[in-house]
Amino acid sequence: MDNIILEMRGITKTFPGVKALDDVNLKVREGEIHALVGENGAGKSTLMKVLSGVYPAGSYDGEIHYDGEVRNFSTISDSEHLGIIIIHQELALVPLLSIAENIFLGNEIAEKGVIDWPQTFSRTRELLGKVGLKEPPTTRITDIGIGKQQLVEIAKALSKKVRLLILDEPTASLNETDSDALLKLLMEFRKQGMTSIIISHKLNEIKTVADKITILRDGGTVETLDCHNEDIGEDRIIKGMVGRDMEDRYPAREPKIGETLLEVKNWNVYHQHHRDRQFLYDVNFTVRAGEVVGIAGLMGAGRTETAMSLFGKSWGHRISGDVFMHGKRVDVSTIPRAIAAGLAYVTEDRKHLGLVLNNNIMHNTTLANLDAVASSGVIDTHAEAKVATDYRSKLRIRSHSIYQEAVNLSGGNQQKVVLSKWLFTSPEVLILDEPTRGIDVGAKYEIYTIINQLAAEGKGILMISSEMPELLGTCDRIYVMNEGRIVAELSRSEASQESIMRAIMRSGEKH
Amino acid sequence: MVAETSAAKTTPSIGVYLRNNIREYGLLVALVVIMLFFQVVTNGVLFKPVNITNLILQNSFIVIMALGMLLIIVAGHIDLSVGSIVAFTGGISAIMLVKWNLHYAVVVPLCLILGGMVGAAQGYWVAYQKIPSFIVTLAGMLVFRGLTYLVLQNRPIGPFPKDFQVLSTGFVPDFLAFLNPAPGTITNLAALVVVVALVALAIYYGIKGRRTNVLHGTENEPLAFFILQMAVIAVVAIFLGFQLSTYKGFPNVLVVMGLLIALYTFVTTRSTIGRRIYAMGGNEKAAKLSGINTERLTFYTFVNMGVLAALAGMIIAARLNSATPKAGVGFELDVIAACFIGGASASGGVGKMTGAVIGAFIMGVMNNGMSIMGLGIDYQQLVKGLVLLAAVFFDVYNKNKG
Repeated sequence: MDNIILEMRGITKTFPGVKALDDVNLKVREGEIHALVGENGAGKSTLMKVLSGVYPAGSYDGEIHYDGEVRNFSTISDSEHLGIIIIHQELALVPLLSIAENIFLGNEIAEKGVIDWPQTFSRTRELLGKVGLKEPPTTRITDIGIGKQQLVEIAKALSKKVRLLILDEPTASLNETDSDALLKLLMEFRKQGMTSIIISHKLNEIKTVADKITILRDGGTVETLDCHNEDIGEDRIIKGMVGRDMEDRYPAREPKIGETLLEVKNWNVYHQHHRDRQFLYDVNFTVRAGEVVGIAGLMGAGRTETAMSLFGKSWGHRISGDVFMHGKRVDVSTIPRAIAAGLAYVTEDRKHLGLVLNNNIMHNTTLANLDAVASSGVIDTHAEAKVATDYRSKLRIRSHSIYQEAVNLSGGNQQKVVLSKWLFTSPEVLILDEPTRGIDVGAKYEIYTIINQLAAEGKGILMISSEMPELLGTCDRIYVMNEGRIVAELSRSEASQESIMRAIMRSGEKH
Repeated sequence: MVAETSAAKTTPSIGVYLRNNIREYGLLVALVVIMLFFQVVTNGVLFKPVNITNLILQNSFIVIMALGMLLIIVAGHIDLSVGSIVAFTGGISAIMLVKWNLHYAVVVPLCLILGGMVGAAQGYWVAYQKIPSFIVTLAGMLVFRGLTYLVLQNRPIGPFPKDFQVLSTGFVPDFLAFLNPAPGTITNLAALVVVVALVALAIYYGIKGRRTNVLHGTENEPLAFFILQMAVIAVVAIFLGFQLSTYKGFPNVLVVMGLLIALYTFVTTRSTIGRRIYAMGGNEKAAKLSGINTERLTFYTFVNMGVLAALAGMIIAARLNSATPKAGVGFELDVIAACFIGGASASGGVGKMTGAVIGAFIMGVMNNGMSIMGLGIDYQQLVKGLVLLAAVFFDVYNKNKG
């Protein structure tokens, strides 16, 4: 198996004013798992869009050789026809249709427009078996978790006789169990001779599965690493991505911890939709001035729910418990009151919950504290522009100007805009929910630096993250949550990946 | 993505600026082209003073309602009931004025409050019970039409007292008549003087605004555009003002409409309420998590719509000099179309007051022009439908290209 299945030569793609790809070369052997890494904006997704025909032949320079022939795809169906299937980060499934209907959507097993249901179902069962799913084919997509949805997408790809499977950040929104299952599946497919290209930010996963790693930076190919010839560590990959050594992925900090700012006592919350189901049980925690406190836990442990129920009862039902700031009880029952009490909540989902995407940086920055740049309800546009300009330079938001729409910013810069918005409310405690999700290594470092600065200014930081190394690298203290309870509190010296996992496992046994 | 950290440029190049603002200039150009077209086809009738006056009288209520509708659409909703509210409040005003002999100074505020209550009744279901506005206002459209028939007992009521009619059909008296240099041509000097003064004010504030922008490093439109825009506005405004001054001067409703346009433009561009409505329409969840009371904001946009619809209802009743149960049928569609022609997005968060106003005038000029040409209602509807589609297609095309 030494055939080159795909070779992209000298691909150059220009958008008005921007060279997104500049002479990119990619060579993929049949039957390998080829990882494509690079910072956000490095050109990974653009390259895959060129390959799959989203950008038709003629709109870019360079050649695509697939299966030994030069190909000029002008639509996605051209490339799908030859077995090139791309699975995007945002899944393309219809939530209210069944698994079977989704798998054969646009490709129905039908005779003269009449669907052959028995055959559809048996084919679906067969495909689901290949990806290790046991759900009945009539299950609606909305009733299965995101991990299984991802597998349904793969089953859909298999139904199209896939030869080259492209996965764009397949594990970004999966928990570790689901990620592992997905990666195992990819390795299983490799044994059967299928070729995959995987785009991911999770370097540990890439190390586990990839045969080759191609690194892109600023729209150009940096290098292709062969994982079989040399032992490639994460630092080696990061060096290629950022173009410099990153000795320390977490900026150093001298914690200066002061008095207790936030204290939450006996926080009990029932589920938002299943109203008789208790979701959080007697959650207690504190955050002190100048302290970065982490909350670790698996998906569904109740971390985001803790934050959101605390922040103006944005989640849940029958919420009880006490919240203290500086030892005084405060009312956080609505979002304006929570903000007034000195809380800020940076959501995990910045596109849907954090930003107004079609508004510009300035409007997003002042949104939560508009009254501070207005008098009697009239906005002082110059004061507003000044605020936005200040945060733009303070947080180093890369943009043309403060008038650029949020939708056009990269993930890291979007996150900085959300941070600006909350900093402008002058909070005492910031709750950061997955603050570095989906942003590249360089921007992560900047976010950590900002977190450190805020702590140095005496603010309290409560950080929720699914990436344990990130918590270990930034937090002074870590709470571990599992199944709606806080099951451990670990100091910086006690905390390690093992101790966190042990706390989760041990608590699981108790119930 | 271009990573540019240099200081913000205060003036974008003309090309970039035109590309970013093609929608607004396109709309203005479209209005001018449509006006010139009908001016030619109607052999110059369109711009005759009496016809300009008619145009204003015929379209004022659509423009007034478009101001409220734009806020509703920007907030991510729709209001199908405005035509029925027009009839309902018009009917109630008739009962109060004609049957109960109340003074108009009492009736007008009462009816505006009534409109606000009707809006509140619908806004409650949309904002607090989360029922889609399409359904709530569809129900409202039927309910208030039905109520109109009930209260009017299926018969028109009229005529109205003279002082109430003047609200809609009266003109601002010529308080500068004693200065008139050419009484032969100009019959209302005040209209012309006011227009010239307004144009002068607009230019003064435009220049002043640019100066402060430069001072604060805020983005300015290119100078050439500014001059061109000001010149076009000045020429058109003074021409229309002159035409009006050779007839009866400013209709009262033009003054009402002008003040409301100014007020609502200010609200959308400069007030915190306006900003929050745009943010809510753009991303309701993000707005809510930023501490904005989205329910209350939605509720008040519907209250506001009700008040404006009530005002429109009284203007129409006064103009027709009778309140009929069939008043305002189909108005909601004209009003909504005006907003969409003006560039509002059906998914919320996007749209400008000036766009909605120009959209309303495009519809108005087409109605008027085609009527003068003698085209029937059949062709008028057909053409308006196609123009709506074309305008929205233009938006979508631009968005996809950009």
